[in-house]
Amino acid sequence: MSQHPSRRDNVALTPYAFLAPALIITGLVVLVPALRTFWMSLQDLILYRPDAARFIGLGNFVRAFGDEVFWISLRQSLLWIVLAVGLQFLLGFATALLLNQSFWWRSVARALIVIPWALPSVIIGLMWTWMYDFNLGVLNDMLLRLGLIARPVAWLADPDLAFYCVVLTLVWQGFPFFAVTILAGLQSIPADQLEAAEIDGATRWQRLRHVTIPGLADIIMTALLLRIIWVANSLDVILLMTGGGPGYATHTLPLYAFQKAYSAMEYGYGAALAVILTALLMAVVMGYVRRSSRGIAT
Amino acid sequence: MIDRRTPLRRTFELHVPLAMIVAFALFPYLWMVLTSVKPDADILQWPLRYWPSQLTHEHYVTLLARTSFAANMGNSLIVAVGATLVGLAAAIPAAYAFSRFRFPGRRALLVGFLTANMFPIVLLILPIFVLMRMLGLLDTFVGVIAGHATFAIPFSIWMLTSYFAAIPIELDEAATIDGASRLQAIRLVILPVAMPGIVTTAIYIFITSWNEYLFAMMLAGQDVRTVTVALQLFIGEFSIQWGLLTAGGTLVALPATILFLIIQKRLTGGLTAGAVKS
Repeated sequence: MSQHPSRRDNVALTPYAFLAPALIITGLVVLVPALRTFWMSLQDLILYRPDAARFIGLGNFVRAFGDEVFWISLRQSLLWIVLAVGLQFLLGFATALLLNQSFWWRSVARALIVIPWALPSVIIGLMWTWMYDFNLGVLNDMLLRLGLIARPVAWLADPDLAFYCVVLTLVWQGFPFFAVTILAGLQSIPADQLEAAEIDGATRWQRLRHVTIPGLADIIMTALLLRIIWVANSLDVILLMTGGGPGYATHTLPLYAFQKAYSAMEYGYGAALAVILTALLMAVVMGYVRRSSRGIAT
Repeated sequence: MIDRRTPLRRTFELHVPLAMIVAFALFPYLWMVLTSVKPDADILQWPLRYWPSQLTHEHYVTLLARTSFAANMGNSLIVAVGATLVGLAAAIPAAYAFSRFRFPGRRALLVGFLTANMFPIVLLILPIFVLMRMLGLLDTFVGVIAGHATFAIPFSIWMLTSYFAAIPIELDEAATIDGASRLQAIRLVILPVAMPGIVTTAIYIFITSWNEYLFAMMLAGQDVRTVTVALQLFIGEFSIQWGLLTAGGTLVALPATILFLIIQKRLTGGLTAGAVKS
């Protein structure tokens, strides 16, 4: 769908000159470091002994497969993605369906629900840690008043609860993204299709199931892929709320890679963990990139 | 379509659930702001005192007068403005090239920029740290700005390319016929017409940079410490002074919230349009 005929320039190099600044800075800050990490992952490298680095081939990867914490982190990463993205999606979808009706406070509601999306991870960590606080947290107070718990709960210090508490925070942070994207999709579904279905006697549920959802499939897929990539890569909210603890209860793969590299100073092993994460995400990234680049005219 | 539900059903199927969702979205924020204006005695009361016995700004005064918070806000502002300028300076010409030229490697480069955004930050941050140390850029504005700008460039390029592509090429050609050079045509035609898109992109880069934590934490020491990093350090330092912490949180959250509300509608389009229309 070329809207404008490509204008043949005399100087074939002009476009590359325009691209140069972006290419140079992206190469320097993304491409070169990424390649270096791959190289580092093949070495036994510890921060303060860079001269003692040894090339050990796939040694770090072999080590990961025998590392119990790696498997814990991987399993929790998967659960983390499924739960956080899944719940964000469901809540976001429900919100979009509600917002797609006409009522007097609709634009206010639409503006307000995006607020969690705008906030820095540090603030998100801060406000939720404060609400989950054992001694003075509002969550304990509310649940006690409602009689749902008998005594205060140490939400983030309990190995059985901490993971789900962080997931809830992530759901809160991420559902607005789904709500606004799906809402935009809903508004692009032709009203006459829904009306035709209604005239044919379809119930509200049937209209949702057979007209709305198929019409949204494309946008939902793109949003899901994008969100999976974000959630899989994100470690700052967990790092800020629990630091991966208690024990390994909230370890995910990026968090474990980060900790190995920073707290343990094991650059080589940390790099290998980051490479494994990247490799596992590759399929999702490819899926997203393919969908997004469909429209590029060449 | 006509809604045939009774007002009562509408209340229970629409207003009540949506009000609950809005409350869920807003409560943590409101609770933070409310805590920040409560006297310490109220904050420490158990069972909780929800509404403050009196409003106070003492936490804000303490925060700004006794800590480095104001200077950290200044650092964040410099970093975010710098990242915005650098990001636009790289993304605008690139988007222009993508929208106005057909050249070998165009598709590969567009896809490449998109993919660059998908790398896990843990994969990049170690070598960037080493690189910055080598270049003597640790704890300098240049280092943090370069990082933040780069992380925003891919999305900015995609967004601007679709804005530029929507401008008819006849406009450029008319300017050229009138004797304008290519650069004049960009300055006098493309940039003014695409200004809403450029402003949206600029605000997007600003928010991303203002909000960023991990990278700034790694690269910035004392000298250029940004406000997100400083706030995180306060959490360790003043661990039980929730009045102070929530006051800081409120101040950091404010600019991002306001700017985000301004651009959110256009941003969603950019995120999900997914394809560059050209």
